[in-house]
Amino acid sequence: MSRQRTLNGVLHVLLIVLGIVWIYPFVWMIFSSLKTNTEYINAGFKLLPEAAQWENYARAWKVGHFSTYFANSVIITCTTVVIVIVMCALTGYALGRVNFPGRKLFVVAITATMFIPKGYTIIPIYQIIKSLGLLNTLPGIILAESSGAHVLFILLYMTYFHNLPKELEEASEMDGCGFLRTFVQVMLPLSKPIIATTAIMQFIWTWNSFFVPLIFSINKPELRTLAVGMYSFVGEHTVDWSGMAAGASISLIPVIIVFIVFQRFFIEGISGSVKG
Amino acid sequence: MSAQTSVVAGQKAPAASVRRERIRYRWAYLFILPQLLFFIIFTMYPILMSYVYAFYDWSGFGPLSNFVGFDNLIKILHDEQFWNAFRNSLLYMAAKTVILMPATLMMALILNQAFFKGKVFYRTVYFLPVVTTTSIVGIIMKFIFGNDQALVNELLMALGILSEPVPWLGQAGTAMLVLIFVGSWKFFGMMMVYWLAGLQSLPGDVYEAAKVDGASYWQTMRSITLPLLMPVAAVILLLTVVNSMHVFDLVKTLTNGGPFFATETVDLYIYNYAFSTSGFPQIGYASAAGIVFGLTVFLITLVLGWLAKLSKDGKDARHTQSAKGGL
Repeated sequence: MSRQRTLNGVLHVLLIVLGIVWIYPFVWMIFSSLKTNTEYINAGFKLLPEAAQWENYARAWKVGHFSTYFANSVIITCTTVVIVIVMCALTGYALGRVNFPGRKLFVVAITATMFIPKGYTIIPIYQIIKSLGLLNTLPGIILAESSGAHVLFILLYMTYFHNLPKELEEASEMDGCGFLRTFVQVMLPLSKPIIATTAIMQFIWTWNSFFVPLIFSINKPELRTLAVGMYSFVGEHTVDWSGMAAGASISLIPVIIVFIVFQRFFIEGISGSVKG
Repeated sequence: MSAQTSVVAGQKAPAASVRRERIRYRWAYLFILPQLLFFIIFTMYPILMSYVYAFYDWSGFGPLSNFVGFDNLIKILHDEQFWNAFRNSLLYMAAKTVILMPATLMMALILNQAFFKGKVFYRTVYFLPVVTTTSIVGIIMKFIFGNDQALVNELLMALGILSEPVPWLGQAGTAMLVLIFVGSWKFFGMMMVYWLAGLQSLPGDVYEAAKVDGASYWQTMRSITLPLLMPVAAVILLLTVVNSMHVFDLVKTLTNGGPFFATETVDLYIYNYAFSTSGFPQIGYASAAGIVFGLTVFLITLVLGWLAKLSKDGKDARHTQSAKGGL
């Protein structure tokens, strides 16, 4: 037993040392964002700045247009989360509680798309957005971000709603609630854990998305999200290192906070995908 | 579920229940309508069209008129740069998988021990890179590995491992190494959580039995944990391989395919043909490249899926056998 304890002690030391190295890039980023550019170059290992240079953030926010990027990221991410959640909850409810003709076919079709060899589907999506006249607009980016079959989410809602007792629905109907009101007032509030899981996962995915906003904001810099804005900032302000570090911090800190606060839901969602 | 409801109700009033069922169907169709529309417009149609475009010489502007048959495909199969990107993608995938499969399993086994303290803390720390924006991580890493005074060079020189700075991202070999290294670091936590989920789904009673029989930790590991874990391992392998075949955000921001295409992956190659701001986009050609690569990924998925099924069947067979033998 004591051998086991020594072993675990050694493991803890190893894991903590490795853990520090693991997240060091983010720690380094945050401290670099508070240095002056001269300090940054000559810093070596010195992590702490002489004095915190908060104006790096002000510069990134105003001169670097991170205020616009931040607003775009928030608008795109939040709208996408709402669209995806509403769509998946509705679909999952119908599939989980009503055995309508064509139900099986629908489930098979959306699951099959996970296994079909896809070509480069972003090109047709780009063409659709273009023909809808939504190229170079926020709604266009939001549509492209909400696209996809959301198989995992739909299955999560489907299983959850399927397992709710049918007495709930009957009781609600006795009280005179129709299909829609039963869903909105009785069933949907019960699915809070699934809503939390899907919302957090979609939030993190959309916030981190780079490819779609990059393509859809090529000709329209004012539509850039944080991920894309950061990339172009590096191209345009090649010597403003601390400004870049500040921009990177502005982009990463929100998603890190969201993850740490809600990590239980996120981890559960990920675990679900391998068990299922 | 609902069929049962209708049977019960049907004994009382058949006409009313049929009508009630019809209304429910109508609501159900209305509920799936948004997703169905999205599915058709943004999933089915794009998959179909990505194949259609591949047979045209098309820049993305004007009508789709210049049908060229298999010309695009033939051109790709003869393009040395495509095969270079193809090799890079395979190398990245293989190296990342070989590094991560054992490393993440070990971490999960450590964290899964019943008496190990601070599980949630470690899980949070090691999972953190997963939730950060890949493109921004690429930029940060570019600064950490980038120039002579960069952090990694300073550190390795201070430790006496290097005598002079290495241009990590300036040489073909080391640039690929950094890409694999950063990619693995970024995906580590994801696989760790996959393994943890797999470990937690193992039946507890088998372990009780092993404990009663006085099996040591390593005996339990070798003859219970690892064999029982095989089906999960196959799924994790599949998820890792498919995920690692597609790398765009990281390679775009970290190396942009350089130096001299040494780290150009297929995803970046296709992007450059389809969306590059310099030169005329070649949508047809890019689509054809997408198909070649999509089919490759599909083939690999099939083989791995087949392996997963084999290991699952094998496990079921062993299970029945040992049950019969009365372990």
